[in-house]
Amino acid sequence: MIREDFICLTPLMIIASAPIILMLVIAFIRNYRVIYGLSLFAFILAFLSIFLLLPFVPHAIAPLFIFDGFSLLFFGVIIITSLLITMLSKRYLLYQESDKEEYFIILFTATLGSLILAAASNFVTLFLGLETLSISLYILIAYRRSRDNSIEAGVKYLILASVSSAFLLFGMGLIYMDTGSLEFSGIAKVLASSDQYLPLLLGGFSMMMVGIGFKLALVPFHMWTPDVYEGAPVPVTTFIATVSKGAVMAVTLRFFYAIRGFQNHNFILMITVIAVLSMFIGNLLAIRQQNIKRILAYSSIANMGYLLVTLLMGDKEGLHAAVFYVVSYMITTLGAFGVITLLSARELPADKLEDYKGLFWKRPWVAFVLTLAMLSLAGIPITTGFMAKFYLVFAGINSGLWIPVISLIINSVIGLYYYLRVITTLFSAPNETEFPEISPAGHLVLAIVVAGILILGILPQGFVHLISQFSGF
Amino acid sequence: MILLYLILILLAGGTAAAITARWNPVLPRIISLVTLTVDMILLALIYTGQEATGHPIWWVEYKMNWIPTFGISLHLAIDGLSMLLLILTFFLGLVSVLISWKEIHEKTGFFHFNTLMILAGITGVFLSMDLFLFYFFWELMLVPMYFLISIWGHENRIYASYKFFIYTQASGLLMFLSILALYFIHGRNTGIYTFDYEQLLGTSMPATVSYILMLGFLAAFLVKLPVVPLHNWLPDAHTEAPTAGSVILAGLLLKTGAYGLLRFVLPLFPASSVSFAPIGMLLGVIGILYGAKLAFSQTDLKRLVAYTSVSHMGFVILGVYAFNEIAFQGVIMQMIAHAISTGALFILVGQLYERLHTRDINKMGGLLKKVPVMGAMGLIFAMASLGLPGLGNFIAEFLILTGTFRASILMTCLASTGLVAATIYALRIVQKVFLGNENTDWKINDLSIREKIITGIMVIIIIYLGLFPQKVIDTAKEVIPKTLNVIEHTGTTTYLLKSMP
Repeated sequence: MIREDFICLTPLMIIASAPIILMLVIAFIRNYRVIYGLSLFAFILAFLSIFLLLPFVPHAIAPLFIFDGFSLLFFGVIIITSLLITMLSKRYLLYQESDKEEYFIILFTATLGSLILAAASNFVTLFLGLETLSISLYILIAYRRSRDNSIEAGVKYLILASVSSAFLLFGMGLIYMDTGSLEFSGIAKVLASSDQYLPLLLGGFSMMMVGIGFKLALVPFHMWTPDVYEGAPVPVTTFIATVSKGAVMAVTLRFFYAIRGFQNHNFILMITVIAVLSMFIGNLLAIRQQNIKRILAYSSIANMGYLLVTLLMGDKEGLHAAVFYVVSYMITTLGAFGVITLLSARELPADKLEDYKGLFWKRPWVAFVLTLAMLSLAGIPITTGFMAKFYLVFAGINSGLWIPVISLIINSVIGLYYYLRVITTLFSAPNETEFPEISPAGHLVLAIVVAGILILGILPQGFVHLISQFSGF
Repeated sequence: MILLYLILILLAGGTAAAITARWNPVLPRIISLVTLTVDMILLALIYTGQEATGHPIWWVEYKMNWIPTFGISLHLAIDGLSMLLLILTFFLGLVSVLISWKEIHEKTGFFHFNTLMILAGITGVFLSMDLFLFYFFWELMLVPMYFLISIWGHENRIYASYKFFIYTQASGLLMFLSILALYFIHGRNTGIYTFDYEQLLGTSMPATVSYILMLGFLAAFLVKLPVVPLHNWLPDAHTEAPTAGSVILAGLLLKTGAYGLLRFVLPLFPASSVSFAPIGMLLGVIGILYGAKLAFSQTDLKRLVAYTSVSHMGFVILGVYAFNEIAFQGVIMQMIAHAISTGALFILVGQLYERLHTRDINKMGGLLKKVPVMGAMGLIFAMASLGLPGLGNFIAEFLILTGTFRASILMTCLASTGLVAATIYALRIVQKVFLGNENTDWKINDLSIREKIITGIMVIIIIYLGLFPQKVIDTAKEVIPKTLNVIEHTGTTTYLLKSMP
C-alpha cells in the first residue's frame, strides 16, 4: 500500500474505527452523552477527512476501490446524512428501555457499508459493502425489541434481504463464469468486444437486478417496504430511506454506466418495465394509506422508479440528473422523517396521519418543515424536488425516453393527491394529540434541511456546477 | 431591477404579514395594504417613465443569469399588455385585502401571506420572458391558492381545493413537457440551448410537432381560462373559496390563461394556431352558450356567478382565434372588464353571505327595499355582466363580435345569442335576489362605509371602461400588431378573411 492509498481510505478508516472505540468506551463508562458526543465527533472528523482526498482523485486502489469525484460526493452526502440522523436519534432513544448506546455502534457499521458501496469498483467490494449495510440494518430495525412490529419488521427484512443477497451473489457468479472478471471495468471490456449477450450473462444480470430491486424496493420486489418502514424505529427508517437507498443507487449507477447497459435492448426493456411499474404501483398504493410512514414508504417506491429512468440515459446529463435527484430525495426524506422522529420521542410513535391533524396551528415551524418536504416530494417550485424532477425530465427528453418521462408526469399528478392529503391534515382543525418538546439539535437538523430544500430549489446553479465537476467516472 | 422589486416586495410583505400576526391580528392587513400600494406606485413610475421615453418594445426589461447550465435566466419585461394586467393584479389585491377585513378573523397572518404569495406568482407570470421562469411562477401560485381554498373556504372546501390543484397541476405539466421539447428542438437547430422567450420565437419545426407542442401549452391555458370540457374545477373552486379567493380566481387566475394564449401560444406556434382556430372558436361558442345555460339553472348564487365566468371567458377564446386587431382589443377589454364586474359580483355575494348565511337564491328576494345601496350595486354589476352599453363589458363584447364577424359569420351569430342568454341569467339574479317577494324577515344592514368605498370604486371603473375605453386600448396598442404580424407572416389564411386595410 502506498501513501495515497492510505489517505484515500481515511474516511473509511475513521468510520470503521469509531465502532471499536465506542465499544471500548462503553466497556468502561456507559454514558449516553459521552457516546453521543463521540459519535458526532467521529462523523465530523470523517467528513472533514474527505477534503484530504481532494488532491488525489481519481485514484483507484485496484482492484477493489475507486476514489473519484462521484465517490467523494456520495461520501460527503452519506456522512452528513448519518450525522444528522445521529442528531435526530438522541432524544428518541432516551425513550428506549436500556442499551441505547450500542445503537450508535451499529449506525457506524451501517454507514461504513454505505461508504464502501459508494467507492466499490468490484463485485467483491459491492457485496461486502452491501452485506455490512444489510446486517447492520437487521439489528437496527429490530432495535426496539420490546415492540412486536419491530421484531416482525426485523425478521421480514432479514429473510428478504438474505434471499436477495443470494440472488445477487448467484448473478455475480454467472457473470463471472462468462466474463472471467469481478471488476466492473473488466466486465465492461468483455461486453464491449461481443455484440450479443449470452443467455447465461443475461440470466446473471437479471438475477443481479432482482437483488438490487430488493434493496431499492422496486416493484415487484417491494412488498417488504411498508412493513419495515412502519415497524422499524423512526431514525432507522430514516436511515433506510436516505443513506441506504442513496448508497445502493450510487453503486448501481456506477455498475450500469460502466457496462453501458443502456445500449442493450434487453436491459432497456427490463428497466423500463420495472421503472414504470414502480412509479404506478408505488403511487397508487400510497393513496389509501392512513399511516404517514407507510405513505412515505410507497412514495419511496415511486421515487426509486423515477430514479431508475436515469439508468437508461447513459450520458453525462443522465448521470448528473441522477445525482441531483438522489441528493434532493435524501434531503427531502430526511426532512419528512426528521419531523416524524422528533415528534415520536414519546411513549407511542407519532405515525398515524390523524396524529398530525392541525399540527400547523400547534407547532407552526415543525409543520412548515413537513409541508415543505411534502411539496418537495410532489415537485412544486421553490423546493429542491421541483428542480430534481425538472432535471430528470430534462435529461429524459434529451435522451428521447418518452415513455418513462410521460409515465413520470402522470405519476406526479397521482402522487400530488396523497401529498396534498398530508398537507391538508396538517392544516385542518387541531386535535388533542400531545407532542414532545424538540431538542435544539433537532431544530438545527430541521433548519439545515429547510435550507437545503430551499437553496437547491431556488439557486441550484452552485450545486449543479459541483455535480458536473465531480460526477464523472 | 424595478420589475424584480415588484415581486420581491410582495414576497417580503407576505413573510412580514405571517410573522407579525402573532403580535397583532390587524398588522398583517395593514402590511398587505402597504405592500400593494408600494407596488402600485412602482407601477405608476414605470408607466409615466414609459410615456417619457416613447415606445420601445419592452417598456422596462431586466435580465440576469439564473441557472446558466440549462440556459435559464431571470428575464423579466413589461409591455402594455403586462402593464394593464399588473394594474389589475394590484388593484384586485387591494380589494381582496379590504373585503377580507371582516370576513377573515382566524389566522390572519397566514391568510395574508397566502394572498400576497398568489399575487407574487401572478405578477411573475405576467412579467416572465423566460419559459422556465414562467412555468416556475405558474406553479408557484397554485400552492397558496390551494391553502386559501382549503383553509378559509366553505363546507366542501377540501374537495374543491384538491380538484383545483390537480386540474391545474396536471395541465401545467403538459405545458412543461412542451416547453422542454421546444427547448431541445431550438437547441438542436441552432446550437443555443435557452429558455428565453424572444430567442425561442420563430423556432422552425415540422407542422405536426408544432401542433402537438401547441396542444401542450393549450392544455395549461385552456384549463385555466377555462374552456368547456376542461372547466369542471372552476365552479367548485369559485364557490368554495372565501370571497377574496373567488375574486382573485375570477379576476386574475383566469386571466393568466388568456394572457398565456396571447403571449405564448400565438407567437410561438403561429401556423398551428391558425389551423387550430376553427376548433378554438367553436370551443369559445360552446363555452359562451353552455356557461350561460348552466348559470341560468343554478340556485347557489356564487355558483351562478362562477358559471357566468365560463360564459364570459368563451368570448375571450373566440376573440383570440379571430386573429384581427379589433377582436384582440376586445379580448383585452374583456379581460379587464370581466375581472372588475365578476369580481364585484363575487364581493356582493360574499357580503350577502355574511349577512344571510346562505347563498341559495330561492331563500332571498325583495332585498332591494331592505338594502337599497347593495341592491343598486347588484343591479349595476348584473347589467355589466349582461353587456349593457355604457359599461365596460359591452365595449369588450362588441369589439370581439365585430372582429369575429370578419373571421366567421356563423360563429359570430351563435356567439351573439349568448348575449341573450346573459340577459336571462343576469335578470334572474336581479329578480330573485333583489326584487320579488320577501321570503323571510331578514334583519340586515346595508353596506358599511368600507364596503361602499370598495364597490363604489369598482362601479366607477366599470363605467369609465364603458365610456372611455380608448386609454386601455392605447396602452396595449403596440402588443396587438406584434402578435398579428407573426400570424400574417405564416401566410396561412385558410379560412380567414384578411384583416381590414
